[in-house]
Amino acid sequence: MYLTKKEESILHGEQGEVPERMLRLLVQLGDIYGADKMIPVGSVQVAGVSYKSITDPGTEFLEDLAGKGAKVKVLTFLNPAGMDLENWETLKFPKEFAKNQLRIINAFKNMGIVITATCTPYLAGNLPRFREHIAWSESSAISFSNSVIGARTNREGGPSALAAGILGKTPNYGFHLWENRQPTIKVKIETNLTLDADFGALGYHVGKQVKNKIPYFTGITNADTDQLKALGAAMAASGAVALYHVEGLTPEADLVRKDNLENITVTKKELDEAYEKLNTGKEPDIVILGCPHASLREISAVAERLKGRKLRKPVWVCTSRMMKEAAERMGYSEIIENAGGHIVADTCMVVSPIEEMGYKTTGVNSGKAGNYLPGFCKQNVYFAHLEKLLEAVV
Amino acid sequence: MKGRTISPGKVKGIALVSKDPIGFYGGIDIKTGIVIEKGHPLEGQNVKDKILVFPCGKGSTVGSYVIYGLQKNGVAPKGIINKETETIVATGVILAGIPCVDKIDIEQIKDGDMVVLNADNAIVEVAH
Repeated sequence: MYLTKKEESILHGEQGEVPERMLRLLVQLGDIYGADKMIPVGSVQVAGVSYKSITDPGTEFLEDLAGKGAKVKVLTFLNPAGMDLENWETLKFPKEFAKNQLRIINAFKNMGIVITATCTPYLAGNLPRFREHIAWSESSAISFSNSVIGARTNREGGPSALAAGILGKTPNYGFHLWENRQPTIKVKIETNLTLDADFGALGYHVGKQVKNKIPYFTGITNADTDQLKALGAAMAASGAVALYHVEGLTPEADLVRKDNLENITVTKKELDEAYEKLNTGKEPDIVILGCPHASLREISAVAERLKGRKLRKPVWVCTSRMMKEAAERMGYSEIIENAGGHIVADTCMVVSPIEEMGYKTTGVNSGKAGNYLPGFCKQNVYFAHLEKLLEAVV
Repeated sequence: MKGRTISPGKVKGIALVSKDPIGFYGGIDIKTGIVIEKGHPLEGQNVKDKILVFPCGKGSTVGSYVIYGLQKNGVAPKGIINKETETIVATGVILAGIPCVDKIDIEQIKDGDMVVLNADNAIVEVAH
């Protein structure tokens, strides 16, 4: 890989230990994947924020970097933390957990990272443009920025994204190159997608089928950004899909080559099977929405259905601090809280310790959450669309 | 078999082979090394001290920290062999210093085989 004189000097330790270690990691990755050079990135998004995910070794790794003066050079946002960073006591997050979580947040703050804690940075003030090079690491946000926005990022691991933030650069390989953004499988949708949960179920099914390929969808006639967010998130969780194209909807779909591709078809039968596979439980103890973090439109849909009603079981709507602020202004928060629910910011069900909080079965409308909750939170899953989920708990 | 070096080192151990991809985050318990993903072909098995063989990574990008954490907790695999190592696994093994090679025809490796992984030269030898 070609390195500039300045990059060479960093590798020789002339700018201190932290930049040297970070560049060494990126150069090693660049060499493996055939990068020709380092390229500047417009923004960074760092995963590996919850204490539950990274535990003591990860925490010590970050504190070590922060202690040695690591600072980011470009706009850098964070993935969700393991708790609401402001209301954790009210929501009964364990004290010991909170103490460790705040150590991690403090380390990031000392590095100059914006304490945003969201998996939807594009809804919270970190919006890349078409063809902008970025280094993001939340799998659903990678999928959204690559596919729906047409920005360019590889699937960065938490540490490699952090390295990109500290250096303001990333190795030029993979999805940064047009050649590698061409679809590798065609997915024909021969069923109507109408409910919110349909997109999660579809993504769950397709991700399992295509693993790390680049799907080109046909037959999705309309989908808003919330539905594309749900589709991409589920494919990134059940497979490793970082980029997909949808005929007529996503910006690169018309530009890519689509000849001679392997085909798969999804009919109502496969979609129904995905619903069945995702459902491992019946009676939810709690319903958690907002995976990925809810948009204002999604929060308003919950508020509309909870207006004047009382919940028997808790309902959480997970979102970013910015969307929560907007929901408060619009009165959505008050409606949801009067019904007995909560808008929870900065965190989500997958990275919070819900199994330690006494919940056994969680109701979700997200294919991504449905994929992760059984393994990581020891939860049974009740997977259904929003209306049905809320009917189960009012 | 000759592949591509992801992270250097030489190790010898028993192969634990998964025909399905592995998502380290949510898939493997960081404290014990036990595979916890429901329905995964390796569910309930321990990756500790094994040569872990799988086609590619999947799922969350936090996987890099899980690999690093497994190593710090003393329950990491001795080595990793993939068909295709993606960035998440690569970042994890580089940080953790776990030898790793990819571009290997992993179907030639059976569960329980003794495997010599020379990641310095990207060579995998299997004793059936």
